[in-house]
Amino acid sequence: MLDFLKTLFNPPPPPSSTTAKERLRLVLLSDHLSLSPETLAALKADLLAVISRYVEIDSSHADVTFEHRENDVAVLASIPITGVRERTQPPAQATLPLEMSAIDTETHAVQIDAGSESVDTQAMNDTNASENGATSTPVTGVVSAATRRRRRKKAQNLANRSNANAQQLGKPAQA
Amino acid sequence: MSGRRIVVTSGKGGVGKTTTTVNVGAALAKRGHKVILVDTDIGLRNLDLVLGVEKRIVFDLVEVVEGRCQVRQALIKDKRFESLSMLPAAQTREKEAVSEAQMTTVIDELAEMADFVFIDCPAGIEHGFRSAIAGAKEAIVVTTPEVSAIRDADRVVGKLTAAKIPLRLIVNRVRPEMVKSGDMMSVDDVCEILASELLGAVPDDEEIIDTTNRGEPIVLDELNKLAIVYDKIARRLEGELVPFTTFDTPNFLSRMLTIFKAG
Repeated sequence: MLDFLKTLFNPPPPPSSTTAKERLRLVLLSDHLSLSPETLAALKADLLAVISRYVEIDSSHADVTFEHRENDVAVLASIPITGVRERTQPPAQATLPLEMSAIDTETHAVQIDAGSESVDTQAMNDTNASENGATSTPVTGVVSAATRRRRRKKAQNLANRSNANAQQLGKPAQA
Repeated sequence: MSGRRIVVTSGKGGVGKTTTTVNVGAALAKRGHKVILVDTDIGLRNLDLVLGVEKRIVFDLVEVVEGRCQVRQALIKDKRFESLSMLPAAQTREKEAVSEAQMTTVIDELAEMADFVFIDCPAGIEHGFRSAIAGAKEAIVVTTPEVSAIRDADRVVGKLTAAKIPLRLIVNRVRPEMVKSGDMMSVDDVCEILASELLGAVPDDEEIIDTTNRGEPIVLDELNKLAIVYDKIARRLEGELVPFTTFDTPNFLSRMLTIFKAG
């Protein structure tokens, strides 16, 4: 009877093929995130360029890393804020394409779960809210082999656009 | 005449690259195409053994590259399939004996002599892999439904994509009954994980061990179920849209229906 109840309330473990698939998904995500130093530098420069449009930051102490967590891999950005930019209006172009890092075809572009981003200006202003005001964004996927080629062209166009943006900000262009 | 240059690669060793090369090549030769198989696994050559021509080797790939013989002199013609021949790798040399540029030259020369040139790639992603893919315009990635083989295949898929070489997958050693019971990843799972197009799924079969022991391509036996699978792969390479067989064991009703339809 007890056994029957146990099987009723504890469903059997998933088949090993499901486990294999899930383990592969995570390990490949982590493999793909072994970005080349150049790509990581480009990612960091882009992130800093975007954030510096809203707040004044200390880019010499900024740190962008990937963190492997229990069920996902996250982009962890620790960027010290030195002041708030005085603005009357939000920046004209508020979006920088996420596919930016797809320019490097040897490595892989990162897809993030924008819905569950924990970037929160309130938290960032309150230094106690999170350590060093670090923002952590779960990485949900890496642009797959099939879509990589398709996106390359698009990314190149976007890259040209963002280079123009970077130049406007007086930063060296990163490609 | 400029034939297609297709590299057969996998990352991980022992997944069936050479067996696939031999059987897909033989299936195409059987269909009337002129096919040349090239063993680029220098130091660990095996294509000669799987094809059963190991006693007839005179010259090898490295000797061709070093200009000691003409490429035609090094080619070994298969006695069972008239339009099939192979170029053996050197057994006592290092992988570095052939550069990427030298490989490209040899493959280009062979492509002038055949409809299909299959380049059997060594395992790994180092020098041997790089020179093997240098002369290729298309790729077949062979993998099995196992975590280690798929992870390595993923690395290879990344490298091939970076080198702008289009690729398709052959999922080897599929065990339908295990897929059905959830103990093995399905062919669809593998394609999804690797985000790649399927060229063929080959069921695990003991008979392949037997035919390899004898150095005979399994496609010699037309009625063998693997011979049918390799023939379908050959037709897909020709460009024909051959539907993929699902390996699910058909139940009684569907089996009856098939019999009625056939009759």
